[in-house]
Amino acid sequence: MAKAAKPPKPEEITKSLDYKKTPETHWMDTPVEFRPGMYCYGTRPKYLEEVGMPNPREWSSADEDWKLPENWKEIVLEGIADRLNKHRSFRLFMDICVRCGACADKCHFYIGTGDPKNMPVLRAELLRSVYRKYFTTGGKLLGRVAGARELTMDVFKELWYYAYQCTECRRCSVFCPYGIDTAEITIMVREIINLLGCNTDWIMGPVANCYRKGNHLGLEPHTIQSNIEMMCDDIEEITGIRIEPTFNRKGAEILFITPSGDLFGVPGVYTCMGYLMLFHELGLDYTWSTYASEGGNFGFFTSLEMAKRLYYKVYAEAERLGVKWILGGECGHMWRLWHQYLATFWKPPDNLEDPVSPITGTKFEHANSSKIVHVVEFTADLIRHGKIKLDPSRNDHLKVTFHDSCNTSRGMGFFEEPRYVIKSVCNHFYEMPENTIREKTFCCGSGSGLNSSEDMELRMRGGLPRANAVRYVHERYGVNMLANICAIDRAALPTLMQYWVPGVEVCGVHELVGNALVMTGEQKRTMDLRMEPLPGVEEEEEGEEEE
Amino acid sequence: MRLWEVLKERKGRIAAKWFEQVVATYPEETAKFLKSKRDPFSNPVGNTIKEGIEGIINSLLDKGEEVNTFLDRIIRIRAVQDFTPSEAVSFVFQLKDVVREELADMSDESWLTEEISLFDRRVDELALKAFDIFMGCRERLYEIKVDEMRNWTFRLLERANLLEEFERKKKNL
Amino acid sequence: MGVWFSLIVVIGLIVFPLIGVGLLGLNALFGIVVPYVALVVFLVGLIYRVITWGKTPVPFHIPTTCGQQKSFPWIKYSKLESPATGWEVFMRMFLEVVTFRSLFRNLRTEMGPGYRPVYGSTKWLWLAGIVFHYSFLIVLLRHLRFFRQPVPEFVSLIDSFDGFLQIGHPHLQITGVTLLLAVFYLFLRRIFIPQVKYISLPADYFPLLLIMGIAGSGILMRYFLKTDIIKVKELTMGLATLRPKVPDGIGVIFYIHLFLVSALFAYFPFSKLVHLGGIFLSPTRNLANNSRMKRHVNPWDYPVKVHTYEEYEEEFREKMKMVGIPVEKDVEEEKPEESEESEQKE
Repeated sequence: MAKAAKPPKPEEITKSLDYKKTPETHWMDTPVEFRPGMYCYGTRPKYLEEVGMPNPREWSSADEDWKLPENWKEIVLEGIADRLNKHRSFRLFMDICVRCGACADKCHFYIGTGDPKNMPVLRAELLRSVYRKYFTTGGKLLGRVAGARELTMDVFKELWYYAYQCTECRRCSVFCPYGIDTAEITIMVREIINLLGCNTDWIMGPVANCYRKGNHLGLEPHTIQSNIEMMCDDIEEITGIRIEPTFNRKGAEILFITPSGDLFGVPGVYTCMGYLMLFHELGLDYTWSTYASEGGNFGFFTSLEMAKRLYYKVYAEAERLGVKWILGGECGHMWRLWHQYLATFWKPPDNLEDPVSPITGTKFEHANSSKIVHVVEFTADLIRHGKIKLDPSRNDHLKVTFHDSCNTSRGMGFFEEPRYVIKSVCNHFYEMPENTIREKTFCCGSGSGLNSSEDMELRMRGGLPRANAVRYVHERYGVNMLANICAIDRAALPTLMQYWVPGVEVCGVHELVGNALVMTGEQKRTMDLRMEPLPGVEEEEEGEEEE
Repeated sequence: MRLWEVLKERKGRIAAKWFEQVVATYPEETAKFLKSKRDPFSNPVGNTIKEGIEGIINSLLDKGEEVNTFLDRIIRIRAVQDFTPSEAVSFVFQLKDVVREELADMSDESWLTEEISLFDRRVDELALKAFDIFMGCRERLYEIKVDEMRNWTFRLLERANLLEEFERKKKNL
Repeated sequence: MGVWFSLIVVIGLIVFPLIGVGLLGLNALFGIVVPYVALVVFLVGLIYRVITWGKTPVPFHIPTTCGQQKSFPWIKYSKLESPATGWEVFMRMFLEVVTFRSLFRNLRTEMGPGYRPVYGSTKWLWLAGIVFHYSFLIVLLRHLRFFRQPVPEFVSLIDSFDGFLQIGHPHLQITGVTLLLAVFYLFLRRIFIPQVKYISLPADYFPLLLIMGIAGSGILMRYFLKTDIIKVKELTMGLATLRPKVPDGIGVIFYIHLFLVSALFAYFPFSKLVHLGGIFLSPTRNLANNSRMKRHVNPWDYPVKVHTYEEYEEEFREKMKMVGIPVEKDVEEEKPEESEESEQKE
């Protein structure tokens, strides 16, 4: 070979490079390495103080010293013991895993990062090994041989690092023969982390905001009102119709609550405009609340107690305003919680009635206990009964695919309603490949409070499986719009698309509804809700002028 | 060129070997997963690398224009997978190793000495392109962080008539 | 490391009765005491585990929904994947336990490169799992003939089905072979699939090797080192009727087999093998997706600190009034003191 190859010796070039082979060590002997772009900053003390959580102090997750109380180990172990006695899921999932590996390649973070500790089974083993050491006879006696290990600061940091590389999406749980749900374990680990005040800033800030001001973004009542009025201005410009929504109005039939992300950012605001237009067109007797102004709940990413504290407002406000039932906007984790937790957290107040659509008379019997109805359910029922006039051709410039949010998919079973609505308001709808949708949907990579900018690399990797499926329909069918029913998706997917699949935009389902909705007395639509000209329309007009 | 003919003949084996080498830069358990013949949706990294490598070889031999597309696909992934810039693009140079290994049986033939340096130059060009793409991806990452901030606070910026200002500043970043 | 450790332990478990019975003649210890102790440990241990789980509350209603929820009559819902009633949950659990549905999910057709459908390799895990568990079950049932006199009819029936190939004498029983093959496959994948190897602990290799030992010794005893069946049955019937005795002339291979089985039983409650009981209690599978239809109560619910509307209005009253949002207290007096404190609510 040497004869032929005189110039640069390629082996030399490549071999001089430090290839990224992980040490060939057992995972217990491979200490965690905090890599920039893969984790979020630690919380500021003021947020912890505002809600009365332990150990507020200035610290950074990149620091060597996390400034934990001296008895931190005790606190962690007591925290584990306490939760083992309170959650059957937790105790069972600590005990019965057989490490068959069926979950291993189901995690979007494992697929995208290739880090073995992101295999759901190993993510759980990180804690399970500690559990064995302190809570099982075999682990106490045999130690490492029984898969047990000492709880050290490095182990705690490792638990932290990987608890914030899990979006609690439950995909692994679908494939586990015993239904072991890593989300349950991550939730417990995060609760324990919070006993020591080690939440991330990105989660804790919204929690503190939401507690006092009613919503994650910290919008005060007058700001909420003026934001919605700005949307109404835009709607007026687009449709010629002035909408006058009400706030904190007693005696309304329905209380409407949506994630605050829809009030402030794009493309969330367009979804919100869709709600406003639809409710106006129906003449719905509903009110917004500035107090219960958050559907989402970052408390869920902190501790179940914090989730309960933040959701006090929902039923309390429904009681104060004397409404009959509650309508909830498009949001993922909000609906996991509203569906599976809310009525357990707080008993629905007595003034609420079994929800009935005032337009179609449909009884939402599946919500008779909790009195909460998903806005997409509400709209699907309207369309089914032909109660709204739709012109799907106004969405003809869009080729739409639908991203099932993890939470509504695997924590609610919400698949057909959104598809029914989308197909009714759009003419071009394409599904992504089968094993990337519905109960097997891939996470956006930014759920459960990971959608900050400091962990952008992590998000881009975690979102790769989702983006890859979008790219497929983008290339094959020319899909240019990724619809979803989740506020975090609406915030995170545009970023993901910008990186992996430029040319695909993101919208909520009710933005598409708003586009297609034919309103009584509206002017000829020349723009969509983004105030971009509707393609066919202008040409038509020009044509008319020429005549 | 004779070399090109030979390479075209053997491009299947070259692609396979190159793929092996690229995948070997990942941890063992991951490498095995990347190599598994799963569908492109369950194993996007492995499939992208595979398709990318085949595409690069094809366009290298046929002087195709789309080499950037294929390079882009691989590098876009490596740009977020904590590789240093040199690590991220180094896989391009591995092609030289692979080809030499593949042609070991004819290393004595004189025409090869001459032609292989031409080939090397092609690979070097490819590496430079790869580096550009890598930098582009990293810049993109910073851009999207900025864009995301704008999206989050869209209404606030709009209210303060700051959107144009924001766009202007972004361009100057 | 895990493999070698487990292998040494299993070999140790074989050597034990070899010395104990073969050299020291402790037949009663290995034929009577050990099996009884193992059985007691198994029963007490497993019951203890199941009771511990059962006593641990299920505070939240957390089924993993893998199909369409029940909402409108015009949308077909998935009774098995998103059960709404107790009966549907029963069916979901039944199929999970009997057919390993969740593992089977991996079997779905997938798209290969060039968008050709291919089958995921994971079907092997499902197949090996199901062959292993059913073979084990049948082998276990077959062994009932050692513990009942007369032999129950269904046991003889299983016996004759199992030996349908009618090869050799006594007839080759197919489940013995499939059990060994399945265990061997499950073992090999822990050695050769790097991901699975990486996550495997001694606690994963040990039961597999132990079961290999059990099946191996059983097959040896039946087909090669023939043991006096009549005498074995005398011993086992003695155990079953609580009138234990140890007849002479039973080969040491039998004691090895019995000791390994005892080891498995005694080890069972302390190991991952308790998934046998645990699977029935898994809250992500055994709850109906009906949390909006029926309120789920958290048994340990406790009052928490909340931020009430009054406190909220207190802070923002002026701003609310300014933009015309209705308030509860439309007074300009100074704030009442008491509302400063947060309330505890349940």
